[in-house]
Amino acid sequence: MIEPDIIKDAEIEVLLKDIADVYDYDFTQYSKASLKRRLNRICIIDKFTSFAELRYRLINDASYLQRFIEEITVNVTEMFRDPLFYKALRTDILPSLGTYPFIRIWIAGCSTGEEAYSIAILLKEIGLYNQALIYATDINPGVLEKAAKGIFAAGPMRQYAENYILSGGSKDLSVYYISQYDHVRFHSDLKSKIIFSTHNLVSDASFNEFQLILCRNVLIYFDKDLQNRVFKLFDDSLQPLGYLALGAKETIRFSHLEHKYRQWNGEKIWKKISWES
Amino acid sequence: MAANKQTEILLIGGSAGSISVLLKMLPDLRRDLSFPVVIVLHRKAGNESGLELLLNTHSNLPIMEAYDKINIRPGTVYLAPADYHLLFEDKEQIGLDFSEKVNYSRPSIDVAFQSAARVFKANTAALLLSGANNDGLKGMECIAQYGGMLLLQDPATAEVAFMPKQVLFRMNVQQILQPENMARFMNQLNGN
Repeated sequence: MIEPDIIKDAEIEVLLKDIADVYDYDFTQYSKASLKRRLNRICIIDKFTSFAELRYRLINDASYLQRFIEEITVNVTEMFRDPLFYKALRTDILPSLGTYPFIRIWIAGCSTGEEAYSIAILLKEIGLYNQALIYATDINPGVLEKAAKGIFAAGPMRQYAENYILSGGSKDLSVYYISQYDHVRFHSDLKSKIIFSTHNLVSDASFNEFQLILCRNVLIYFDKDLQNRVFKLFDDSLQPLGYLALGAKETIRFSHLEHKYRQWNGEKIWKKISWES
Repeated sequence: MAANKQTEILLIGGSAGSISVLLKMLPDLRRDLSFPVVIVLHRKAGNESGLELLLNTHSNLPIMEAYDKINIRPGTVYLAPADYHLLFEDKEQIGLDFSEKVNYSRPSIDVAFQSAARVFKANTAALLLSGANNDGLKGMECIAQYGGMLLLQDPATAEVAFMPKQVLFRMNVQQILQPENMARFMNQLNGN
């Protein structure tokens, strides 16, 4: 059986414009290929048989909007994904921030929080947790609620524990959580320095100055123009000599930031070396 | 039916046992290939550059791992990166996606093939190689639906014949190819 194409390209434009008109969410600059898959997927899960049905529900039922956003944005994330990246944070990037009396870190598009807890663990282990504050933001209030609970499915924990060791961790990851049936609950002291908050990269402004911004596997869902806009937002939100970290297949090359930043040791980490506007 | 359709993209999907086939085919592809080649292989996350390097030593054409929003060019071979789905934004641009696995796979051959079919329509050519799971089947069906060209590794030559056999039993395939004949066939698709 062929995956049905419930929504056509022209209809996507109409729907996105509707949403931007009725609500304060603008998805018109999201990557079309991925968004189209998500829209067809939500039609199948929520049993809309036509574009008109989905459109009617969205426009007339504001309570449906949150679910819609949660389903069309991708909320797949992992702890210590790309262990070598976390190793670089552990051994070089975060220690270099230790000279600041106060370290501010922004995790943009944190989804259900796995990265935020990973960073919290790193900070604890290198003794910088108490002088740090992690802002973990997402467009999606639903995933932030989950993130704030610190409860994750037990299934992937074995993979996360392996990632953690490969990232230079020397303990057993399980010292940070207690197991409850098919879930694990991370100790609440890990989140005492994490602030979970909604923030929409498309429309919200800079809200602080950071020494490190992580935005990994979020920009892949944006088109080039929107990516450039978000890069500007990050640039406005980074202190001089601060760091911007992206996903394994994302780059600031070919963007407006290219010449103001220097890539760190082949990792997807860029240091802000020029701050004249 | 294939006569006046110009190939604009060549997709190659494979799983277990397909790397040796690529190593046989890639060296003989012509340098002035008039379309891009996109390879989607099942592989473990993490050991990415090894495969790119290996294939590069066996190819006249440049081979690179795709990154987000990369502009694709004729005569270049792009490799789907480990642990991302590969999609086509349009005929020039690849997009990546870290959504749920499909058929236990990321990258999924189905996802990449379906996305290509919607963008390149009848000008898509797709070759499915050796493999042990069902990923690729729906992708091939979708390409057939848009009138694209279905190519298949001869199951008799496949290290793991399950995947090509699945297609053979269900669909009308334009050409069944032995590894040593693949490059010659691809070269004939050239529009130059």
